[in-house]
Amino acid sequence: MDNHTTTTPNPISKGRALLGRLQQLWDRIANNRKAFPIVLAVGFILSVLVPRFGLVNEYIQLVIIYIGINIILTISLNLINGYMGEFSVGHAGFMAVGAYVSALFTTKIIPDNLGALYFPLVVLAGGVGAALIGLLVSVPSFKTRGDYLAIVTLAFNMIVKSVIENIEAIGGPRGIPGIAKLTTLPWTFFWTVMAILVIRNFVYSNFGRGVQSIREDEIASDLMGVNTNKVKLLAFVLSSFFAGVAGALFAHILQFISPKVFDIIKSTDVLIMVYLGGIGSITGSILGATVYTVLLEVLRPFGMWRMVLMPLMLVLLMIFRPRGIMGMREFRWLIPGFDLYALKYWRAKKEVSNGTPTS
Amino acid sequence: MALLRADHVTHYFGGLCAVSDFNLELEQGELVGIIGPNGAGKTTIFNLITGVYKATEGSIQLNGQELVGKKPNAITQLGIARTFQNIRLFKDLTVLDNVRIAYYNWLEYSTWESLFHIGRYRAQEELYTNKALDLLEYFKLDMFADDLAKNLPYGSQRRLEIARALATGPKLLLLDEPAAGMNPREIEQLMEFILWIRKEFGLTILLIEHQMRLVMGICERLKVLDFGATIAEGLPAEIRAHPKVLEAYLGEGGDQ
Repeated sequence: MDNHTTTTPNPISKGRALLGRLQQLWDRIANNRKAFPIVLAVGFILSVLVPRFGLVNEYIQLVIIYIGINIILTISLNLINGYMGEFSVGHAGFMAVGAYVSALFTTKIIPDNLGALYFPLVVLAGGVGAALIGLLVSVPSFKTRGDYLAIVTLAFNMIVKSVIENIEAIGGPRGIPGIAKLTTLPWTFFWTVMAILVIRNFVYSNFGRGVQSIREDEIASDLMGVNTNKVKLLAFVLSSFFAGVAGALFAHILQFISPKVFDIIKSTDVLIMVYLGGIGSITGSILGATVYTVLLEVLRPFGMWRMVLMPLMLVLLMIFRPRGIMGMREFRWLIPGFDLYALKYWRAKKEVSNGTPTS
Repeated sequence: MALLRADHVTHYFGGLCAVSDFNLELEQGELVGIIGPNGAGKTTIFNLITGVYKATEGSIQLNGQELVGKKPNAITQLGIARTFQNIRLFKDLTVLDNVRIAYYNWLEYSTWESLFHIGRYRAQEELYTNKALDLLEYFKLDMFADDLAKNLPYGSQRRLEIARALATGPKLLLLDEPAAGMNPREIEQLMEFILWIRKEFGLTILLIEHQMRLVMGICERLKVLDFGATIAEGLPAEIRAHPKVLEAYLGEGGDQ
């Protein structure tokens, strides 16, 4: 550091100093947990103002909505693949259920002029529909694990697709056209925040710890008293609920759904976002979904080469950062304060009780 | 009445008889050892008691309650905890989380309270997090609370596994080769440690061990298994001189 004043700073040391300062700034932001609710409030106000006054163009708004939907999908799949350590490859199946349930509500049952009013309930219905199916899929998970459960979820995705294709009443292979465009920026923001907070809350709870212990060692987990069937069921239901919510939002922005939209390719997309962002991390899921969605758009001018460049980047990522961007790590804002400082609180409490004279 | 009672427990893996006609009565507060050569069926007995395997025949009762056919987590809830021959911690979770997971059945809040962090969530989490840290302090592991379990030194991992087992609130503790991989000095410490936790937590302990030094030093009674059958039982001094035990360990005609 002393040299700094005597020698002329070369570009490398300048760069380092800048990086150091950035690091400090970043630490200050990360430690300032009180800013989190403010960021949320500002985000929500912006999500209302942006479309109202057309602050950014329609295309960018659309991309932001897709980012939100992808974040919901990624976080919900991360609960199964990251936190529980299973390998589900049928996430698009749950999404399809949510999309179809909600689209049927808005196109067949609810009159057009009331669509916007009932939209939150419609999305909720999509989520609940998917959650019920998730309940069914969780049952084989009690007996099967690993590769075998992956096959079960793969089969589930195919079943959902084939069933929809063969029911004429819901459009069969032609799908449902002419869905009202009800997914707005504020609603996407609301559901994205809900997904982040609810799954975060679940992970940092008794049940969430149970889910993680299954990933580490299922037999040990069972022997420590964790009701493994119950926590697996909860994880599957919660994960499929949010996949259904994402499906409902997706249907009402795309305005047209067909079974083809929800095939295994769609599930693979979500898988890529999970592993890009990093398993077992909510921050990672947010980053993975954002980076993937934005990159796909940025690389659009490359046409067909886009689908070569994207996977190539993934290969490089897996070589140099096999755990993804934020694998098993979490941004401090997203860890509940009590959990983050548990040791500190405990030590402080002990000092107080030691400090007071006893007997 | 006996705390744990196993009657004519027999278990087959396919056609192979892993445990045959195993009987055991454990009184409250006893410290009993099971010894025997490799493959004698000792760990299988632990797996039968804890519900990992379902006994083919026979009955196992804790305080008169039948255990055969119950799921492992239900048996843990009734008051049996165990450690493992090869340490099975939740490696990629913190030391604190390892212990908190074992409190699973003690925390009283519903799924909804966990999803929105409302109601009893906060108070319960605080209570059991502090209990977990107190327990870790007891085992001199509190300084590692925020570290990943896999990063702990070997001896500490063994201690953590016992701390985790105790967090479930057991009456009966099953220790599966607690001295594996330890040198004589560490074994001395472990013996004191086992006697200490028995007193502190009011436990009954059943342990499997190869190290004769430990078994002979602290166990009040011993059972010797060979090829799934009980070949001898009694006080450590009796076992030491038992001809069948010598035969199983040293071969026919062998002497000490």
